[in-house]
Amino acid sequence: MPVEIKNLTHIYSQGSPFEFQALDDINITIEDGSFIGIIGHTGSGKSTLIQHLNGLLNPTSGTVIVDGMDIFAQKKSELIQLRHRIGLVFQYPEHQLFEETVHKDVAFGPKNQGLTEEEVDDRVRNSIKMVGLDYDEVKDKSPFELSGGQMRRVAIAGVLAMEPSVLILDEPTAGLDPRGRDEILAQIKTMHQKNKNTVILVSHSMEDIGKLVEKILVMNEGKIVYFDTPNRVFTEIETLEKIGLAVPEVTYLMRRLKKKYPEIREDIFTVEAAKNEILRVIRG
Amino acid sequence: MTMETEKKMIEVQNVRFVYPHNNEEENVIALDGVDFHINKGEFVGIIGHNGSGKSTLAKLFNAIIFPTQGDVWVNGFNTKDQEHLWDIRQTAGMVFQNPDNQLVATIVEDDVAFGPENLGVPPLEIRTRVDQALAIVEMQAYAHQKPHQLSGGQKQRIAIAGILAMEPECIIFDEPTAMLDPSGRREVMTTIRKLNQDKNMTVIHITHYMSEIIGADRIIVLDKGKIVMEGTPETIFKNVQALKKIGLDVPPMTELAYELRNEGINIRDNILSIDEMVEALCQ
Repeated sequence: MPVEIKNLTHIYSQGSPFEFQALDDINITIEDGSFIGIIGHTGSGKSTLIQHLNGLLNPTSGTVIVDGMDIFAQKKSELIQLRHRIGLVFQYPEHQLFEETVHKDVAFGPKNQGLTEEEVDDRVRNSIKMVGLDYDEVKDKSPFELSGGQMRRVAIAGVLAMEPSVLILDEPTAGLDPRGRDEILAQIKTMHQKNKNTVILVSHSMEDIGKLVEKILVMNEGKIVYFDTPNRVFTEIETLEKIGLAVPEVTYLMRRLKKKYPEIREDIFTVEAAKNEILRVIRG
Repeated sequence: MTMETEKKMIEVQNVRFVYPHNNEEENVIALDGVDFHINKGEFVGIIGHNGSGKSTLAKLFNAIIFPTQGDVWVNGFNTKDQEHLWDIRQTAGMVFQNPDNQLVATIVEDDVAFGPENLGVPPLEIRTRVDQALAIVEMQAYAHQKPHQLSGGQKQRIAIAGILAMEPECIIFDEPTAMLDPSGRREVMTTIRKLNQDKNMTVIHITHYMSEIIGADRIIVLDKGKIVMEGTPETIFKNVQALKKIGLDVPPMTELAYELRNEGINIRDNILSIDEMVEALCQ
């Protein structure tokens, strides 16, 4: 399901003294089955942009076309259908848990999709497994008895259970410990590889973005600065820093090593790649 | 008071903390026999996975909760001593994860003044304290702005200024950068280091970002309510496997050094920063 964003502009409180332009004529196409990262400082327009992708916000002008359908030209019933296919995981999604048991909470979405009880059950079982929890152990527990990391997983499972073709995650790992962070990201990646769904990941961790995504969308003051591969984006260190961002630590290291090893590559953003590149130049 | 206690900012004596449950068998033991102290002027990092007891510890420092067993002393006061509750809270200030939950006023300088006002500080002195606190976090230019118009890093610096205006000797930071973008994280970390180095303030920094504490004097590692490691960043982070086993991580440069050593490269195992790595590889 490709997502085309066309001349998208959003102005908050237009005509009032608080008028603020959050998005300024955004034009991009997100290919079907791609894994995209969105980076940008607080207030750069990331959250405003993703809230347009499933019609939570209406644009001031421009539109979003999903699978050939202009989402803002649809009737409400059709928009609801569309939302079932575009899953949005908000920041701190565990704050939205509300049911008595984990099973009921995860089942809420697919139930509203009008699936049979068996189908719902299957979806719940699978998505709880997908986020790395033991179904039998957690299904009857109250979500509020779980640890923070487990609650986060249950909340993500609730969105996965709707089997969205486009999955949007707004900082899914904020506040999680290193293992929780790595596990959730690994599961998202595995699922993307298996289901070939489109994934859009908003993150402040340049390390995580460097490890996972195929293309990075860089935003600043409501505009697109880059929409390109990590290799291209993370070599623009000066521009990224100027707009409040950074590159992974290993990328800074490679640039520093260039003095001694002029042939060293700079488009390196994981520890693994850095190791291989350093071995290559040292061993010659 | 002996010389020994005068040097200590916080002392945790054999503390056990249990979150009670209706069904006693399901009681959660958050801290299980924790014993350590923090000296005045020290910068201590505390790491541990979610649920390891870090935040429980932070709440004990500030007398928000009290030990089930054992004692916590802040600047010589036992936190169980109700009479000194305000002395304790004034000595040890806290900064939390979410900046939006910590700002109370509609104008930046009013927010910073909130703490000292509640302490009954005379108005003229409040003025001086607010100005000084905003200067330390480099936010004077924003004194008359509305907090909601600031970036995450700026809001967090205002929260820090609000604590500074109460003139604490110690600040406990509980994951203060978890919600911030890279520049916000840089701003807050620069401020924290400055408070410790230039103002000689005791800093306790709880975090999931290992890179933030490579400059700490000491790191305490918690796992399942117990201290499992304690030492300088160099001695802690070289235990790459042990840390990963308990769900933690090491700074990227330490991990890279570890990987290179596994490939037979002769390089120190206690490298923490980019500078050290450049030096090691460019000899």
